[in-house]
Amino acid sequence: MNLARVRIVARTELRQLLQAKDFWIPMALLGGIFFVIIPTVLLLIITHVGNVGAVKQIADTLKVLPRPAQQSIPAASPAGRTSYALAVYLLAPIAVVVPLTISTAVGASTIVGERERGTGEFLAHCPAEATEIYFGKLLASLVPGYMTTILGFGAYSLIVNLIVGPKVGGWFFPTTNWWILMGYVVPPFLAITLSVVLRLSARVKSTAAAQQASGLVTLPMIGIAYAQATGSLFGAKTLGLVIGTIAWAVAVLALWRGMRSVNRARLLGVADGI
Amino acid sequence: MSIPPGPVAPLGDAGAQAAGRPAGVPSFEALPAMPAMPAAPVEMVVSLDGVGRRFGAVEALAGLSLEVPERSVTVLLGPNGAGKTTAIRVITGALDAHQGEVRVFGLDPAVHGEEVRRRCCVVSAKPALYDRLSGFDNLMYAAELYGLGRKERARHRIHAAAERFGIEHALDQQVGGYSTGMKTRLALARSVLHEPDLLLFDEPTSGLDPESSKAVLDMIRDMTVGGTTVVMCTHLLLEAEGLAEQVVVLEGGRDLVAGTPDELTRRFWPNAVVRLAAEDPTSLGTVADLPGVRAFEPATPERPAAVQLDDLRRVPDIVVALAARGVRLTRVEPHEPSLEDLYFAVRGRRDLADDGGRQLSRRPQEPLS
Repeated sequence: MNLARVRIVARTELRQLLQAKDFWIPMALLGGIFFVIIPTVLLLIITHVGNVGAVKQIADTLKVLPRPAQQSIPAASPAGRTSYALAVYLLAPIAVVVPLTISTAVGASTIVGERERGTGEFLAHCPAEATEIYFGKLLASLVPGYMTTILGFGAYSLIVNLIVGPKVGGWFFPTTNWWILMGYVVPPFLAITLSVVLRLSARVKSTAAAQQASGLVTLPMIGIAYAQATGSLFGAKTLGLVIGTIAWAVAVLALWRGMRSVNRARLLGVADGI
Repeated sequence: MSIPPGPVAPLGDAGAQAAGRPAGVPSFEALPAMPAMPAAPVEMVVSLDGVGRRFGAVEALAGLSLEVPERSVTVLLGPNGAGKTTAIRVITGALDAHQGEVRVFGLDPAVHGEEVRRRCCVVSAKPALYDRLSGFDNLMYAAELYGLGRKERARHRIHAAAERFGIEHALDQQVGGYSTGMKTRLALARSVLHEPDLLLFDEPTSGLDPESSKAVLDMIRDMTVGGTTVVMCTHLLLEAEGLAEQVVVLEGGRDLVAGTPDELTRRFWPNAVVRLAAEDPTSLGTVADLPGVRAFEPATPERPAAVQLDDLRRVPDIVVALAARGVRLTRVEPHEPSLEDLYFAVRGRRDLADDGGRQLSRRPQEPLS
């Protein structure tokens, strides 16, 4: 496999995406809503309403968290403890929903889109191997979701430290488990989801069909990823590493199988079943 | 003896009967042999031998054989669904052949696809460009994929190709804003970036107005001057006229006939052809039994009647004889068969073969009066 050509395909795909403001503006808004607006509003409310009854009640419910999680919450006021738990444990889905949603939206149209535009003909006749095209497309689908997540994660970290930090004795975020989640657990789930989405994109007849089917397929993936992400945060550090390792193994298998779904006949739209 | 109406039929019955066919049934193999060409080794850039390709129940190619000599322009003529596009896809290895043998530059594209595709370029009916990218970025993408890199060499080639096809002024614009003609020019510019040895054009003037079509055909003609081997698919006969050095007529995924336009014309019309029109076209049928008339093709809504004569000097006698029979002629015109005539003759011949040759008519040569 020629990695230079993988980069060429991915770069061109991303360049097209940058030209599509109608696509990336809503996606940037999605990241903004999940990583900035919702956490800011929630954390500001909790830290500023004072130790009212509702906050005390929420603080009491933190007892249901696993023991390692409870032990990691610093001793502080109910508002401080609640906002800490919210920032560290309960907003984990944002780290999963955003990259999966964005990457699914990009990946769903990536191959069927080539067919619809007629550019599949160009790719089918070019010297690049089908595998190189597949990995180029995969990379181009993965990067927007993951980059948005990394940027959003940076913004989220800042918000959490600025709002919750003073209540718990200083800046504390990201915790080690969050580093593991973002760097080791989220990427393989993203790869697994994209391997499924690209297979769908190679097989369906239209972009609309690809979007519909991808939505259905990725919904359970988001559920699974959310559960595992939450588990990795609540458990000991080693649990996150174990979950991540299993996810990577599944991802490699899924990508290997997905690789075979892209071939020249499918780029041309003449494969059986299209 | 009267000759029933039927298409021009220069074939002999004896051969047909010998071959077990009904009298008059045509055989392409039985067409008059061409004079032997000087023996010079010609390298075949493309060689397809009995190639078959199915899509489910549909047989897109059904034993296609094709030879494309180096530095030649070969035109694949055929109606929609004849297998022209599939043939191109098999040539580049974009699709594998289910049967038969494919060789391009002496290589099997199914095995050495990358090498074959690196030396080819395809311009499709739809230009296959990325609308959201600029013209320059489209060309740069191709340059990179074909191994030219991103540096000065690629940029120089891009600007040279764009200038050659008159699209340089629009290189910075998004292709989505291009007209159809501009897109075709950009696709042509892209096709020559890596200086391919084999250019494959699949109905390149599709969707263009006549003026743009002519411009594109002129460009293709210019591209062949450098000695590049060209294969062009079209169902528009005018496109092939004057461009084709070799014509291959396709139908149903098979090659019906192949040769240079001159060869084929001589094979199908070995005799002089005269177009006739009359106030009452049906009255022209009486020409068939006049001396020197080798065959008669009645008028159709698309074209006037035609007679094949053993000698053009018969024309005055024919005119006089028809006038004596009360036929009021409105047009008598010696005819140089075009590629269009050839195409319809080949396809008509095939229809007749399918029909068992019942419509065919033929007369022995008679002396000049």
